[in-house]
Amino acid sequence: MALNPEFIGRTYPAGPSYVVGREKIREFARAVGDANPAYLDPQAAQALGYPDVIAPPTFAIVLSLEAANAALFDPELGLDYSRVVHGEQSFAYTRPIHAGDELIVTTVIENIRSMAGNDMITTKGVITTVDGEPVATATSMLVSRGEDA
Amino acid sequence: MTSTVRFADVAVGTELPEASFAVDRLTLVKYAGASGDFNTIHWNERIALEVGLPDVIAHGMLTMAEAIRVVTDWVGDPGAVIEYGVRFTRPVAVPDDDSGATLAVSAKVTELLEDSCVKVAITCKSQDQTVLGRAQAIVRLA
Repeated sequence: MALNPEFIGRTYPAGPSYVVGREKIREFARAVGDANPAYLDPQAAQALGYPDVIAPPTFAIVLSLEAANAALFDPELGLDYSRVVHGEQSFAYTRPIHAGDELIVTTVIENIRSMAGNDMITTKGVITTVDGEPVATATSMLVSRGEDA
Repeated sequence: MTSTVRFADVAVGTELPEASFAVDRLTLVKYAGASGDFNTIHWNERIALEVGLPDVIAHGMLTMAEAIRVVTDWVGDPGAVIEYGVRFTRPVAVPDDDSGATLAVSAKVTELLEDSCVKVAITCKSQDQTVLGRAQAIVRLA
């Protein structure tokens, strides 16, 4: 089923804030096997000029994909999530996320297009602190594989 | 940010130290828990085969997380990475054996930018096949 192109440009307001925990960052870093001290040791992170341990570059996906679900599971959009694969991902950082941050994510549907029987949807998660300080953006392109593709 | 690499010391073509990263079924379980991505194709072989995959496959975001380590290990301060993007072009099958899969990652500087920034192109292979497309990062050097 083709996605509804009228959804391009639609914005989904931020849900509840996400408080970034030091142990969550450590858990994420250990899961990917990355022992960079900036992720694990608050003193090492402070020596680099950060208030606490910082998150690995891809950590923002934990917030952004959760926030994007508001858009992706919008029944009027018509996305069959069981056929979805991750096509592209990019991040742009104003600054790294660090432990103690209280963040919110606003999601925008940037693009919807169809190609070779597949539907492609691009969402952009704009991540800020609850006080409105810009932190990062996370752009995800998901592919919904067509029945015949 | 305090990169340990100086802008003045790099040129287009500068190669970053290569690295390889092992990904086995335990890695996938840990990443699922840490990231909250519990999609069954990353831990359930029956479901993975049912939807036409060759085996349980690694989370694309796990591959993306491993690939950037070549850059963050090079610059020291991971906060020096100001942009990072990839395309997921081929799934990484993770067999249920003692070795799992291996990601071989290399990278080189492809462009010198303003503000002491450089563009780095990353190559990530599993079983000699490229698994990420157009993988690149922008890094601010000292």
